[in-house]
Amino acid sequence: MSCCDTLLTADDMNEFSRLVAKRLAAFLRTLRDNAFAVGLKEGQDAASLMQTEMATRPDLLRSAFKHLFCARKADWDRFDGVFDAFWLGKHLRSRAIVSDASKPSGSSQAQAAADDARSGPALGDQLPKSDETDDRAGGSEGRMEGASRVESLQQTDFRKLSDPDAIEKAHMIAARLAAAMRVRLTRRDVARRKGYRLDLRRTIHRNVSHGGVPINPVRRRRKTKPLRLVMLLDASGSMSMYTGIFLRFMHGVLDAFREAEAFLFHTQLAHVSDAMKERDAARALDRLSMMVQGAGGGTRIGECLQTFNRAYAERVIHSRTCVMIVSDGYETGDAALLGREMAALARRCRRIVWLNPMMGWDGYTPEASGIKAALPYVDLHAPAHSLESLAALEPYLAKL
Amino acid sequence: MSSTRSDSHDKNGLLSGNGEGAKRGEVLPRQVITERLVAAGYIADRNLATAIALMQMLGRPLLLEGEAGVGKTEVAKALAIAHETELIRLQCYEGLDQSAALYEWNYQRQLLAIQARQGMDAAEIERGIFSEDYLLERPLLAAIRRPRPPVLLVDEIDRADEEFEAFLLELLSDFQISIPELGTVRATSIPHVVLTSNGTRELSDALRRRCLYHYVDYPDVDREARIIMARVAGAGASLALQVARLVEKIRKEDLRKVPGVAETLDWAAVLVGLDIVDLHAEPETVHETLMCLLKTREDRVRISREVTERLLGRVA
Repeated sequence: MSCCDTLLTADDMNEFSRLVAKRLAAFLRTLRDNAFAVGLKEGQDAASLMQTEMATRPDLLRSAFKHLFCARKADWDRFDGVFDAFWLGKHLRSRAIVSDASKPSGSSQAQAAADDARSGPALGDQLPKSDETDDRAGGSEGRMEGASRVESLQQTDFRKLSDPDAIEKAHMIAARLAAAMRVRLTRRDVARRKGYRLDLRRTIHRNVSHGGVPINPVRRRRKTKPLRLVMLLDASGSMSMYTGIFLRFMHGVLDAFREAEAFLFHTQLAHVSDAMKERDAARALDRLSMMVQGAGGGTRIGECLQTFNRAYAERVIHSRTCVMIVSDGYETGDAALLGREMAALARRCRRIVWLNPMMGWDGYTPEASGIKAALPYVDLHAPAHSLESLAALEPYLAKL
Repeated sequence: MSSTRSDSHDKNGLLSGNGEGAKRGEVLPRQVITERLVAAGYIADRNLATAIALMQMLGRPLLLEGEAGVGKTEVAKALAIAHETELIRLQCYEGLDQSAALYEWNYQRQLLAIQARQGMDAAEIERGIFSEDYLLERPLLAAIRRPRPPVLLVDEIDRADEEFEAFLLELLSDFQISIPELGTVRATSIPHVVLTSNGTRELSDALRRRCLYHYVDYPDVDREARIIMARVAGAGASLALQVARLVEKIRKEDLRKVPGVAETLDWAAVLVGLDIVDLHAEPETVHETLMCLLKTREDRVRISREVTERLLGRVA
């Protein structure tokens, strides 16, 4: 190696490479702390790059490391800051980036949102036994035909859930429901499609002895395509009673559906699929809490939909996509804009389902300007105030 | 793996080479890469040249992400020219399966062969028709069997299904494939692999981590002007700069389909064809030819005559 002008002894060289290795290891740790997915192989490759002439040229090394360690656009945009902070000591600009990314959870705000749904009268002894809920989730029609204790929890308006245990159970049911929904969807898909095509390779194999005449044709079943579900969850103040449970439901859906995307909105729209893919549901809630915190300044559904249509729709929507909006439809922005954006959305996707917690309330009529503007473009406007109402959606979704 | 089977079929000449000894592409210095890319008509930024150098040093595929029309596919084409090698392209789509990507048997010829050999032993016939002669190479098989390492472009990998992505991952790490009737085919040469994605679907972490990543952005005015001059015969520096500036402004407007580099080149070619040297002198023609850039009715309406003039006015 000849990266220095002076001649180095073997010992000096060893010392030098040890220092470099140590420094590199520290950098890899910094990257991991900043949520870069850096594996062993990347570390090895980086080490081998440090042995080339690149090590002597910071700009070149940065560019090389950037290609090596980034895996997506978000990484790409953050990398320079992290690199400069570590190697060039540019603390001012970079520290914000580093701290911002390394502490997505655990903030004092985090707890607040997780506690969101914990208000109202206690549910007391209405907890279901876990085996009963198991039965229900795997039940034949996805209907609530279980023990009465289960039923009572399932029919309880989410607003009235307050006991932490009760909330926990409700969350579990929501997650299982989402899983059951997915299984059912896939199975029905297979049974319904009768399309077959000839498997020429196997047919020829089998019919060589008949001189190639396909007496015993081999057929192939057409591969079934999964339905894609895009959920847009209203996390505004008026929905705060429901946000916790729907977040959990969304988590279950993302976990169960291979193709699902999740968004939160209040005054702004946030793409939260990645945060939701956290295996631990409680931690996923934590990670999301900050986004939920923005709630309270009203709901600009129209503007959020506009952002969605512009920035995300092309990517996340294809012809077999069902968009599920969970909102009470209280629009504090421009209702006409909401109507226009709903029309644009309806052109793109196969179905729009609007889940409205308010519909479960006695005497509710969709009078709010937002929901009135949106309804013409909605294929299904359904109540979603209890687990039962969510489960009732399943047969509908299965038909998509 | 069906290793016993593969030995007996070695006479097909299919199984030459192996994973270890397979040829890797030559390693070109960064300077040479940049020069050759320019010669190939691709004006690369410094970052991209580094990425390509890394591809060669580490033997990893290069994943290019970016908006449609920023020239991701062009990178692969230019890379093939730079390496003076063949470009093999696999266009991905939903439902793409192994038979379309890897290999297919020539069924018509197989049927004819079976009928021609009627009366022979069935096993004998079968051995005959499942041999190299009846094998149709598809891009992936072709890419690993070339004597000289080609550039393999896996275009729009995000359109393919997840299963295919997983299969591709396996192929790109082992550089060998197994054909049930023939055995294992090992790579003769290891291709330079370029994958592109528009973000239609989120790619798996496994694939991302195997690749080097490069985000391709719209070129800045200066680079776009140089691209125009390199690609459009007859475009002078002044016109190229004006076009690049106006396109940059149009991209900032609120559009459904933001024009890509290819659209810019089309438009520049049209302007050159109409003998226009100064955009300011011909606002009318400029507006009428904007159809080269704006591909939806809504966008066409949005960039009205007035808007064109306003944008032109700002073009210094």
